[in-house]
Amino acid sequence: MGKIVLKVGDDVSTDIIYPGRFMATVLPTETPQYTFADETEFNKKLNAGEIPQGSFIVAGENFGCGSSREQAASCLKGWELVIVAKHFARIFLQNAINLGLQMVICPDIEAEEGDELQIEGEVLKNLTSGKEFKIVPLPPARQAIIDAGGLVAYTRARLLAGK
Amino acid sequence: MGMTYVQKILARACGKESVEVGDVVEPKVHLAMSHENGAMAMNQFVEIYKGTDLEAKVWDPDRIAIIFDHRIPAESAKTATNQKKLRDFVVNQKISKFHDIRGDEGGICHQILPEYGYVRPGYVVVGTDSHTTSHGALGAFAFGIGATEMAAVWTLGHVLNVEVPATIKVDVNGKLAEYVGPKDLILYLIGKITAEGANFRVLEYHGDTFKNMSTSGRLVVCNMSVEAGATSGIVPADDETLRYLKQEAGVSDKLELFGPDDDAVYEQVIEIDASTLAPQIACPHMVDNIKTVDEVAGTKIDQIVIGSCTNGRLDDLEAAARILKGKKIARTTRMLVFPASWRIYREALKRGYLNDLSEAGAVVCNPGCGACLGVHQGALGDNEVALATTNRNFKGRMGNPKAEVYLCSPDVAAASAVTGTITDPRAGGR
Repeated sequence: MGKIVLKVGDDVSTDIIYPGRFMATVLPTETPQYTFADETEFNKKLNAGEIPQGSFIVAGENFGCGSSREQAASCLKGWELVIVAKHFARIFLQNAINLGLQMVICPDIEAEEGDELQIEGEVLKNLTSGKEFKIVPLPPARQAIIDAGGLVAYTRARLLAGK
Repeated sequence: MGMTYVQKILARACGKESVEVGDVVEPKVHLAMSHENGAMAMNQFVEIYKGTDLEAKVWDPDRIAIIFDHRIPAESAKTATNQKKLRDFVVNQKISKFHDIRGDEGGICHQILPEYGYVRPGYVVVGTDSHTTSHGALGAFAFGIGATEMAAVWTLGHVLNVEVPATIKVDVNGKLAEYVGPKDLILYLIGKITAEGANFRVLEYHGDTFKNMSTSGRLVVCNMSVEAGATSGIVPADDETLRYLKQEAGVSDKLELFGPDDDAVYEQVIEIDASTLAPQIACPHMVDNIKTVDEVAGTKIDQIVIGSCTNGRLDDLEAAARILKGKKIARTTRMLVFPASWRIYREALKRGYLNDLSEAGAVVCNPGCGACLGVHQGALGDNEVALATTNRNFKGRMGNPKAEVYLCSPDVAAASAVTGTITDPRAGGR
């Protein structure tokens, strides 16, 4: 269970999630400070420690479009935020899976900032409005990476198994 | 059942007779490209080997390319340190396709790869850059991946868990009008199908407009295919591909050509009459917010950018020089030019294009990504407006969320430089 701490619209690009001018920062311990850097109020709250882990960001269509920069997934993972979107852009989705960022594909989501959400299997519940929405499951092949604990662990296992 | 071009490439790369849309495959990688963000891949590569007792060695140092382009010369100590670490990595891992900050062989990755013949028809190419789609111009299945995924490729030599994508056939016929080019065609297509219209799909380009288009133009269209959400854009390799690879890239080995099956199954077919297209403009802050040039003509512009992996090639600089030769850039605006590679820079210098642009008032910068991604070399001030031949206009893209970016062709950019406002090259450019 967690609260929606940010609601954004369609086509939120990786330039918004993690502006290009911070791309020289690559360590997962350092990327979180620049999360939504140009959405200054939200960024300030994150850095002040006012947003608990497991909080939700709710987005419209095509979240994470644009650049392949992995920092966009890495920074959100650093705060352990959960991203709900109607659907995600391809490279961002893949990066998020690879890093173990929790994502929920929910085409029918109706929710406002401040609402409490809860994931129950293949259903996303809006506890504030009482409404429930179906979650689109990730393809099974992607689930294997999540189950392994991310792509680093998955690749290591493949390496040790002789590819 | 027939296969699309990408299905055939994937089947070959997997050693299979055929693959079907939706199949999960692990294709062999022919070329894996990174730029400065290779620093992130390098960290993850080390992480993969941690605790294994195995020596961390890339699967094939001749199939890895590292090209510095995003922030050259380094804009900060942090970038310089990342570049230094990557140089050490290149030496230790014996990576052969490395392009440093050099005036002889440097440039933007999406120009260097074709220019040096690193990409061949039928290849599977991955890159830690979303515009890796560019290399579909040479008949390769080329797509962007993240840094961790690149670390996995460096380790294993194949991409894990690729779902065979569905393909949209784009059939374009007719001759493009004067002052209308490949950039206008791709902007028009993105406007038509939207920024997510080809999400998780391949755009396969056909028709006489593509048959008659140079590799340079095909690179523009495939480069921006990702702006429609496409995994990849691809033009079936043909005689022009062979000409380019032999004459311009100096490739001497035998190249094999194959195309999609005649009875390939496409999810959708889009037909476009290229002869009717006007110059197109992508308006702030989305690449699919497309208008024709006359709809936004007169918009005041503070900074014009010509260059990038989309439109920094010789024909682009030629188009701009043709319009600006003997003219002056309006005092109310400024123009930055970023050739896509040093080879292009030198050729444009020899042919006088850079002289024409400089005499008109343009600042010719060193080849590289430059202003496109808002790191250095041309950030925008508050409430400023840019007109650029680059590929993205998202909010904040050129380093300032309070600025606006319009995207256009080199012809529109050059014609607009003369007036300081968005100008139709067909009217004011002559």
